[in-house]
Amino acid sequence: MSKPTKPKCEERKSTGTTRRDFLKKAGTAGAAAGAASVLGSAALMANTDNPDAQTTWAEWFQGNYRLMTDEEKKEAVARLEKRYSAQYGKNVTVDDTPAMDGVLFGYALNIQKCIGCRRCVKACVKENNQSRTNTEIEWIRVVRMEKGQFSAGDMDKGYPPEEGHEYGVQVGGNAYKPAGVVLEGKHYYEPEDNKVPEKDAFYFPIACMQCEKPPCVKVCPVRTTYREPDGIIVIDYNWCIGCRMCIGACPYWARRFNWGEPNLPAEDMNPKTHYLGNRPRMKGVAEKCTFCIQRSRHGRYTACVEVCPVGARKFGNLLDPESEVRKILDRKRVFRLKAELNTYPKFFYFID
Amino acid sequence: MSSKARFPIDFFSYALKGGAQYYAWLGFLGIFILLWAVGTYAQLTQGMIITGLTDQTSWGLYLANFVFLVGVAAAAVTVVFPAYFYDQEDLHKVAVLGEMLAIAAVVMCLLFVFAHMGRPDRLWHIIPVIGIYNWPHSMLTWDVMVLTVYLILNLVGGFYYLYKKYTGSPLNKSFYIPLILISCIWALSIHTVTAFLIGTMPSRPMWFHSVMPIKFITTAFAAGPALIILCFLIIRKYTALVIPDSVFHKLSHYITWFLGMALFLIMSEIVVELYPSTEHSFGLQYLMFGLNGLNKLVPWFWTAIFLMVVSFGLLLSPLRKNFTVLPIICVMLFVGIWIDKGMGLLLPGMSPSPIGEITEYYPTWLEIFVVAGNYAIGFLVLTLLLKGAVGVVLGDVKYDQSK
Repeated sequence: MSKPTKPKCEERKSTGTTRRDFLKKAGTAGAAAGAASVLGSAALMANTDNPDAQTTWAEWFQGNYRLMTDEEKKEAVARLEKRYSAQYGKNVTVDDTPAMDGVLFGYALNIQKCIGCRRCVKACVKENNQSRTNTEIEWIRVVRMEKGQFSAGDMDKGYPPEEGHEYGVQVGGNAYKPAGVVLEGKHYYEPEDNKVPEKDAFYFPIACMQCEKPPCVKVCPVRTTYREPDGIIVIDYNWCIGCRMCIGACPYWARRFNWGEPNLPAEDMNPKTHYLGNRPRMKGVAEKCTFCIQRSRHGRYTACVEVCPVGARKFGNLLDPESEVRKILDRKRVFRLKAELNTYPKFFYFID
Repeated sequence: MSSKARFPIDFFSYALKGGAQYYAWLGFLGIFILLWAVGTYAQLTQGMIITGLTDQTSWGLYLANFVFLVGVAAAAVTVVFPAYFYDQEDLHKVAVLGEMLAIAAVVMCLLFVFAHMGRPDRLWHIIPVIGIYNWPHSMLTWDVMVLTVYLILNLVGGFYYLYKKYTGSPLNKSFYIPLILISCIWALSIHTVTAFLIGTMPSRPMWFHSVMPIKFITTAFAAGPALIILCFLIIRKYTALVIPDSVFHKLSHYITWFLGMALFLIMSEIVVELYPSTEHSFGLQYLMFGLNGLNKLVPWFWTAIFLMVVSFGLLLSPLRKNFTVLPIICVMLFVGIWIDKGMGLLLPGMSPSPIGEITEYYPTWLEIFVVAGNYAIGFLVLTLLLKGAVGVVLGDVKYDQSK
């Protein structure tokens, strides 16, 4: 497997100055030198014929995507397309399609049907350009729920241990046993012979819930993560300062962090990207599910919906009474995860 | 040369002069600063992957020490407030030393924030006007604001006082006293907001309770003055500055009751959480007894409790006034609170994760280098500021018009 970061480094070396060296020089020049000289050096770099240096510097100075003019967005997209194409050796497109009018995306998952095969996890990674190794990033986690087990043998193991009342006046012998949705973080299960569903378990997939009142957005000090008109919570990866407040605030553990430079082999890279979605990330920024914004904004299903072999996953427009999700909300028993936190997820669970 | 231009030169040239022991201390700090450079270089080039942090435990030693040091910074108030509000004559002379400690502590806080950031190169994004300052929504922006203002208040208050001493001119009381009182109230705000920062996230039940701010303040006002006592004892031993016994007695008296309140709050938290033992108490259970067989924090927690309880007992006894035992008590409770408020608070908030996963966090050596180095830089700043300030208070550093 060839390392995608390699050609980038060599390219940088050929000019004799990496971006970091430059930053360091700018830093040692001292605060007195001021922004003017830094801008000056950026302009100097922009005049070199090194495409990587140009894009990186311009990227460093660009504003927050949400507040960019259409012109600035076009420039930012062009810069990225140039950089990614050079880096991954293929024609990479960066989409900037805005939200469609009259659309509010919602998701519904049938926990009765889910078999825990995790094809959704794999399809998501393939589609969304997550780092493959060190660290391996997955946006969907399938949590394994143990089926309830109660035994007659435990009847006399109650509390307090009192002669003649061993069944437990205060606590029954069958307490502390999971049954139903109990979040214990068991998402590393390995089924016997790789066969799912397992006899004694059911499965509970989680990902970003695209909350209508997202705690992650409220805590972000630089508003790099925000809610789009179609209800998708997005991140401008170029504006994120890596403080991880959002990771702390998310009650669904939906956010991931690029602890190091992401490892995305060029041959595995999906070249159809969106600025706010699956474009390759950089080290030190947060990321998460975006309802496959690069697909959904063009009227397509998300990768996880498409791949699900049992049809447990449904996706659509919550404002359209004829959409599948709306029909599910109308006719099925639905619930939201951790509803008591008033985050109002647009990701619903249901049973037939 | 004007007195304004002369002051920093005289101040720091005095601060940098000392005996062999003094240089040995600076050299000792220098070793850790070199290690800091190694760790920081690795982190800036490779990213935070060089730390022991994971998606489960995404806040670790850096933030734990930040939280602790915000408290130390706030604790300057325990010297400054009684000095000026209750007009305690013996504290007047040393109040400025408390402000120097606050400056050094805030410097350390900023270093830990810098180390915690995944993209320190983009910190300009948080600067209002050129970036986006998500105020008043983001609690972190409140923290940035109160810390910055607190640093400025202490720099202005501390150096205004020293400069006036240096030139031998009287203080403008109508400027200085209000400034000092504002900085005292502001000291409370920095620790309150830091408690709100982590206490306003229902995703982390361990932190999600309203005792957090007052617990922060009580532990801070115990640990902070403990460090102040240690500094004052060293200053009294190695410099000509006379610090009367009454100063130590007052400070250790404050420590006693703040520590007592802190222990009471710790007890309250334990009872409220463990009596019903809901899922929300899993963090505390993990800290106190271990959970799912993972119990790395358990010895730390009980060590902290032992240190705090024993030092509280000693503080209640007449040994509080014994100058051989007092520094030992101070070190014990400082370490106890450092554990309790650092990793003892931060890590159980992270584990179990919001989906119930228990993960143990092992800081890497590079991470520990950065932490130790941040402290070394902070103590270097503290040493220089205290040395210079003592020089000014003693009259060794004085404006000489003939120069």
